[in-house]
Amino acid sequence: MNGQVKTSTPWQRHWMAVVLIGAVLLAVPFVAALGGQAWVRIANFAILYVFLALGLNIVVGYAGLLDLGYVAFYAVGAYVYALLASPHFGLHLPFWVILPIGAGVACIFGMLLGAPTLKLRGDYLAIVTLGFGEIIRIFLNNLNAPINVTNGAQGITLIDPIRIGDFSFADTSTVLGVAISGPQKYYFLLVALAIGVIIVNIRLQNSRVGRAWQAIREDEVAAKACGINTRNIKLLAFAMGASFGGIAGGVFSAMQGFVSPESFSLMESITILAMVVLGGMGHIPGVILGAILLTALPEVLRYGIEPLQQAVFGRMIIDPESLRMLIFGLSMVLVMRFRPAGLWPSPQRRRELAESAN
Amino acid sequence: MNQVRMPGVLIALAASVALIGCGKEEPKAAAPAAASAAPAPEEVIVRIGHVAPLTGPIAHLGKDNENGARLAVDDANAQKITIDGKLVKFELLGEDDQADPKTGTVVAQKLVDAKVAGVVGHLNSGTTIPASSIYNQAGLPQISPSATNPKYTQQGFNTAFRVMANDVQQGSVVGTYAAKDMGAKTIAIIDDRTAYGQGLADEVEKAAKANGATVVAREFTNDKAIDFKAILTKIKATNPDVIFLGGMDAVGGPMLKQMKELGITAQFTTGDGGCSPELIKLAGEASEGVICTQAGLPADKLPNGQKFLADFTSKYGQIQIYSPYSYDAVMVLIDAMKRANSVDPVKYLPEVGKTSYDGVTGKIEFDEKGDIKNGAITVFEIKDGKLVTLKSEGGAMAAAAAPATEAKQ
Amino acid sequence: MDTLLQQLINGLTLGAVYALVALGYTMVYGIIGLINFAHGEVVMIGTMVAFTVIVSLAGSGMPPLMILGIGLMISVLVCMALGWSLERVAYRPLRGAPRLTPLITAIGMSMVLQNVAMIIWGRNYITFPPMIEKHIFHIGGATFTNVQVAIVTLAALVMSGLIYLVHRTRLGMAMRATAQNPQVASLMGVDINRVIAMAFVIGSALGAVAGCMVGSYYEIAHYQMGFMLGLKAFTAAVLGGIGNLAGAMAGGILLGVIEALGAGYIGQLTGDFLGSHYQDIFAFVVLIVVLMFRPSGLFGEREGDRA
Repeated sequence: MNGQVKTSTPWQRHWMAVVLIGAVLLAVPFVAALGGQAWVRIANFAILYVFLALGLNIVVGYAGLLDLGYVAFYAVGAYVYALLASPHFGLHLPFWVILPIGAGVACIFGMLLGAPTLKLRGDYLAIVTLGFGEIIRIFLNNLNAPINVTNGAQGITLIDPIRIGDFSFADTSTVLGVAISGPQKYYFLLVALAIGVIIVNIRLQNSRVGRAWQAIREDEVAAKACGINTRNIKLLAFAMGASFGGIAGGVFSAMQGFVSPESFSLMESITILAMVVLGGMGHIPGVILGAILLTALPEVLRYGIEPLQQAVFGRMIIDPESLRMLIFGLSMVLVMRFRPAGLWPSPQRRRELAESAN
Repeated sequence: MNQVRMPGVLIALAASVALIGCGKEEPKAAAPAAASAAPAPEEVIVRIGHVAPLTGPIAHLGKDNENGARLAVDDANAQKITIDGKLVKFELLGEDDQADPKTGTVVAQKLVDAKVAGVVGHLNSGTTIPASSIYNQAGLPQISPSATNPKYTQQGFNTAFRVMANDVQQGSVVGTYAAKDMGAKTIAIIDDRTAYGQGLADEVEKAAKANGATVVAREFTNDKAIDFKAILTKIKATNPDVIFLGGMDAVGGPMLKQMKELGITAQFTTGDGGCSPELIKLAGEASEGVICTQAGLPADKLPNGQKFLADFTSKYGQIQIYSPYSYDAVMVLIDAMKRANSVDPVKYLPEVGKTSYDGVTGKIEFDEKGDIKNGAITVFEIKDGKLVTLKSEGGAMAAAAAPATEAKQ
Repeated sequence: MDTLLQQLINGLTLGAVYALVALGYTMVYGIIGLINFAHGEVVMIGTMVAFTVIVSLAGSGMPPLMILGIGLMISVLVCMALGWSLERVAYRPLRGAPRLTPLITAIGMSMVLQNVAMIIWGRNYITFPPMIEKHIFHIGGATFTNVQVAIVTLAALVMSGLIYLVHRTRLGMAMRATAQNPQVASLMGVDINRVIAMAFVIGSALGAVAGCMVGSYYEIAHYQMGFMLGLKAFTAAVLGGIGNLAGAMAGGILLGVIEALGAGYIGQLTGDFLGSHYQDIFAFVVLIVVLMFRPSGLFGEREGDRA
């Protein structure tokens, strides 16, 4: 308990660290751009996943509800943006109107999922959320007839980029004498959004609601007995997690300019969940680390494997592409084997684990 | 506790910066190679990007595409082409997009960063479309050998081309052929709910209806399914003359076997995704008599095609589906560079649109959108485990392939 | 009517396969409460091993049935070894870890197995050589093959064997005891580690049998085939009440039939608004509806939180 009270004022004592982090965050897109804009794009996806993972962290990490269909909300957000800002329906609303709508619609879907599953526990919940994710994807894939809503598997093209007045996020422009490319603009937008979701996560952690979630996670029956309205509190977790997913989807849509149902497969849900668990469930820095690692690792392996094999064996023994996913899977197994609570678990969790092991 | 935590954040960030930093060294190392043009004796290296999924369920098609492009690059290098007075050495930069739209854009950006002269790819429409806007911004010509979604060229990009007939072009030929040449009164249509299968099946439906056939069943499956008995049983009840599948060979193979088990005798037809040796391998005897179409003219009937067939099979083994198209796509890029006498995308891009090239898949000319003009479609029948040409529709060189019709007997 | 009969036959065959795979999930879950997501991959490896054996023996002049038998046996043995090592290497060290940890391990293992299979057997689809001459039987306008009969019979045999094992042998008793309370069971002299390992081994053996069935029924194999199959089977296990053997069997067969009937009749039921493109959601919708009214599945006991 003591530890938590102390953490509530870290900003004053660690202003140096905050400034440093800020400087690093500012520098990243420009440093990365030296290696090519592709690295800025990879950084963008990393932050997008940080955002998604932190959203899922509310559901899985805080409230302890195992959600394997998180990608459904991401998809809903992406399609809301795509439908309201593309030639498909001829609508071109500005992003500050669409992103809240996307969050709202995703939130409604979150409650739709939450309501019938309130009674379910643990693994039953996992399979139902998984099914829900698939149902959403299948509907998106097929709603091109009888009325063409989503354009089916062919997806929606020419989605507007985010635009503030004449300042478009799609192309390069010069701000204060510095040329900033499209991906770099998205980077700053994403960082701003991610900081927002981090603040929400921190504030929630120690709020009344956060403690109620924690109580439900540890023991639902006891939580109920303590007078917590478990139904509403669980629904709130689903709704909040879903809203963040919806916003992330909107940004994804704008960044890509194209959405199709194949971007929202079950594998995506599993990857996001893996980020949360691998990094350290319920612990914000851990989740961020997990998201960055899982996005960067396949890319680093893409570059690293070929030269490595050449150096060690003098020729290509195994197709680098298959080896990449192999190492990816293996590293997940190894991390869980040696750090079962995640790479960077919350100190409290670590204590609990140490106690239960004795 | 806080003392432990904050440095940790820094370490993580430092690590992520370091990770990103690692990548930046590579292009630097590669840069001298490209820049070496000036001192070296009149040789320039021109890189052509190629993107296809090399992992995942359709990795075999991706590898096939890359091999086609690789062969084209080798052939071009063997010709010792000189552009603007300099000997040009072409290099293929192959990337894997995992058939994932997200990876597709990252990889596209990577090619733009690597300053390739042009891009051949991607394989799927789902990755081709989001990547096309990145190439368009960079002014890089992109030629897809296999993305057939009509939307790809409808975005108004002057950089987007394809050497493959799109779904509309192909679907109408298949639908018309089924209704007219095969005399089908009733037709059942199945698609695999991918962008390709759905697009093709919709066009077949339109064309078949326009030619007087009735669509008695419209069924669906997915590209990962292996059990089709439920939908086939339903189709059997409607007793159609012809069954059309909009989907890939991996779906068509088991489907044919299950049709046989259920005692369905309707004529099976499919598009280019199922018109492959792989289908014959997967369906075995059940593939006898299948009618299928491929875009372009049959490679073995064209002068360039025979050489391509021989070279490709001796080097990489059997052709899957699209490698002749990726071969042609590379050749079209090189041809445009020759005519513009420049390897600079800005200069030779207008020439790509004016292409008139005799490729291994037939004559290649583009319309104003970048679609192949008057794209030829060839109808095949599977006989004794081989694809036999029945006839060719459209195409500037259709007359040249006319003897193909006789080859039927 | 003949269409309905045909759909039931289709569904029953598919359901028998689902049921066998579902048993693998449910045995492990029933004893240690772990979703072994890599189980689908074990099934895939089973198919692939059988394929390799059959192809290499095909030219040896042995009678086809014997080749098939040898293929099945070797594939069962390999999968048993695989199941055992999975438990030993990946899951045993994680006992007592947070609940989600083994889940991520399982997902990681499933990726590893998939890619190892891809390196060994290639990324192309593999055609399973047909070993049994297919005979087609006709009954009231519907058709079925001798392979289908063999699948359903074999599945029934294996399942009755399993029920005998669990209810009539010492090992089975030890398993049931461990499932109820591991600590008390170990005090009674049950070697928990052995029991849990056996659950994995037996589950994997069932998976291998299912894998061979899939291979000989559809005559096609692919390194990614395990994932979807595993997912469906897992759904079946949950539908029946995960941890419950009879539930897994019933759930598997039910899911197979639901899928077949769903694809066949969804159009008629919804006035052609929904077609067979929604066949995959049918299973999930039924699952959600069942779980809304019976939160522990059809045959699951009403119990508290397992965590």
